[in-house]
Amino acid sequence: MAASEPTSGAMTAKAARDRAAEYLLRRHYFRWPEALPWLIAIVCFFVFPDRMTFGSQVVIMIMFALSLDLILGYAGIVTLGHAAFFGVGAYTVALASLKLGWSEPVSGVVGAGIVAGLVGVIVGWFILRYRGLTLLMLTIAFAAMLQEAGNIRSDFTGGYDGLPGLMFDPLLGHFQYDLYGHTAYWYALAVLAVVFFFVRRVVYSPFGQALTGIRENVRRMHSIGSPVHRRLVTVYAISAGIAGMAGALFTQTNAYVTLTVFDFDASAKVMVMLILGGTGRLYGPFIGAVIYMVMEDYFSKLSPTFWQFGIGLMLVLAVLFARRGLLGLAETGWRKLSQRGAP
Amino acid sequence: MTVALEVKGLNRSFGALHVTRDVDLTLEKGARHALIGPNGAGKTTLVNLITGVLKPSSGQVALNGEDITAWSQAERARRGLARTFQINQLFRGLTVLENLCMTIGERDGNCNNMWRSAGAKRAVIDEALDHLEALRLVDDALKLVRELPYGRQRLVEIAMALAQKPRVLLLDEPAAGVPSSETHLILDVVAALDPDIAVLIIEHDMDVVFRFAREITVLVAGAVFTKGTPEEIRSNEKVREVYLGEAHDHG
Repeated sequence: MAASEPTSGAMTAKAARDRAAEYLLRRHYFRWPEALPWLIAIVCFFVFPDRMTFGSQVVIMIMFALSLDLILGYAGIVTLGHAAFFGVGAYTVALASLKLGWSEPVSGVVGAGIVAGLVGVIVGWFILRYRGLTLLMLTIAFAAMLQEAGNIRSDFTGGYDGLPGLMFDPLLGHFQYDLYGHTAYWYALAVLAVVFFFVRRVVYSPFGQALTGIRENVRRMHSIGSPVHRRLVTVYAISAGIAGMAGALFTQTNAYVTLTVFDFDASAKVMVMLILGGTGRLYGPFIGAVIYMVMEDYFSKLSPTFWQFGIGLMLVLAVLFARRGLLGLAETGWRKLSQRGAP
Repeated sequence: MTVALEVKGLNRSFGALHVTRDVDLTLEKGARHALIGPNGAGKTTLVNLITGVLKPSSGQVALNGEDITAWSQAERARRGLARTFQINQLFRGLTVLENLCMTIGERDGNCNNMWRSAGAKRAVIDEALDHLEALRLVDDALKLVRELPYGRQRLVEIAMALAQKPRVLLLDEPAAGVPSSETHLILDVVAALDPDIAVLIIEHDMDVVFRFAREITVLVAGAVFTKGTPEEIRSNEKVREVYLGEAHDHG
């Protein structure tokens, strides 16, 4: 493997350069399979029109898992406390509606994103100096602290009994929330689409590349002059903001919220979804959230006491045989197939 | 001659262990300086102190006349201090080309941008390819780093440091772990470095040291044992005793 090894005749130096450059130039282009999840989402509306309340919850979990993917899958920040930001967003719209009379849904979601993002900046600035297990513990501790703070002031937050009977304005002043969740579904899907294309741009930007660099080798990032801490805090805040927006949608579509949104279970659940679907791939959250939610729905009807066994089994199988998630597995399978097909 | 890097009275202890003792070191612009010494002499620790991975217990580091002792690693890197690692530190799951583009992006501050596509700046890609071409790595541009043999990864490591356009370059055993049939590749690259860059090389192979360096510092037990030109070091009896003799035994 010496460098003096002659390059194949057909491949001149210029051609090799162009081929390499072309790959980076085109990497962020849209490809047709990317339309698939959105088409499926639209088809689902017409196939299961009476399951759209459930559908909107799936969409919200996709968004939550997407926010986790941005920090875990791309920047390598391990967290089991991401429900903290989901909860901050959920309570922002609830309290704004109840105490301030601010019930307009779209501005509520934006506001919740901003509030959760600011909390993300502050928390991230402190905890992102640490990595690995220490960071993991700090994220858990932070979520638990928020939950406990809410519990102490249960006169204000409603505690574990929650804040029921929230009323939000019709969407865009026109669409009422209906019993079948039709409005909620389209609303959540539209917000997810906006957020998704934002995340997609960030991931393919130079900033997004720097995040993968931090994930791959933080020592090298320091040595090439990257302001690692600032980058991590920035992406943590963005992710917190998106989680907060998902939380706001959750409150608005359920017209109800309790302190259980801060549960450790909620943080763990979104991580399981992401691992099932595949981390560090934009569409992993889609697959993971859909499979988890559908399985949960199905198994819990089948066996109300043992339904978690099914989810657990899937997770074990995924970790053992599909380390890169179901999407990673599919990519590998696709590559093998297309190689076999090629001459 | 202007001074590129100056180390004055540098000390570092880990608890009771005094690993760096009163080290003084000056690199002028365009210097070719070798740092040698037996295993455990504190050579890598010194590199870590200069680059800011470690903070010194006392003493001073100055880059182009500016005191950088309190600066972070990243700030030093952005001001033209680059290094290679004794053991490869690369983005193993990314392509060689992406590794280079990352370095250029951070150097130029492009990586603050969240909206433009990383591939949209053709100039960055072209520059990355220029660096790869200089080390004859273009054919490997789209391979993942972890798929490359170690010797080639070593070249990527050097290409990364050069892509930082450093004024001071610290090479920590650039040929370590490379099969002997390929070491000439690395050494050719090192020999052909831009004459304006001040280079400090840590190397065990005395042939390389004597061929490359115009100045040599011998580090023993964390302190500067002696320094001089290659001829002076070669003829120094004491250096032979503590180091060269030993190196000979290892063959």
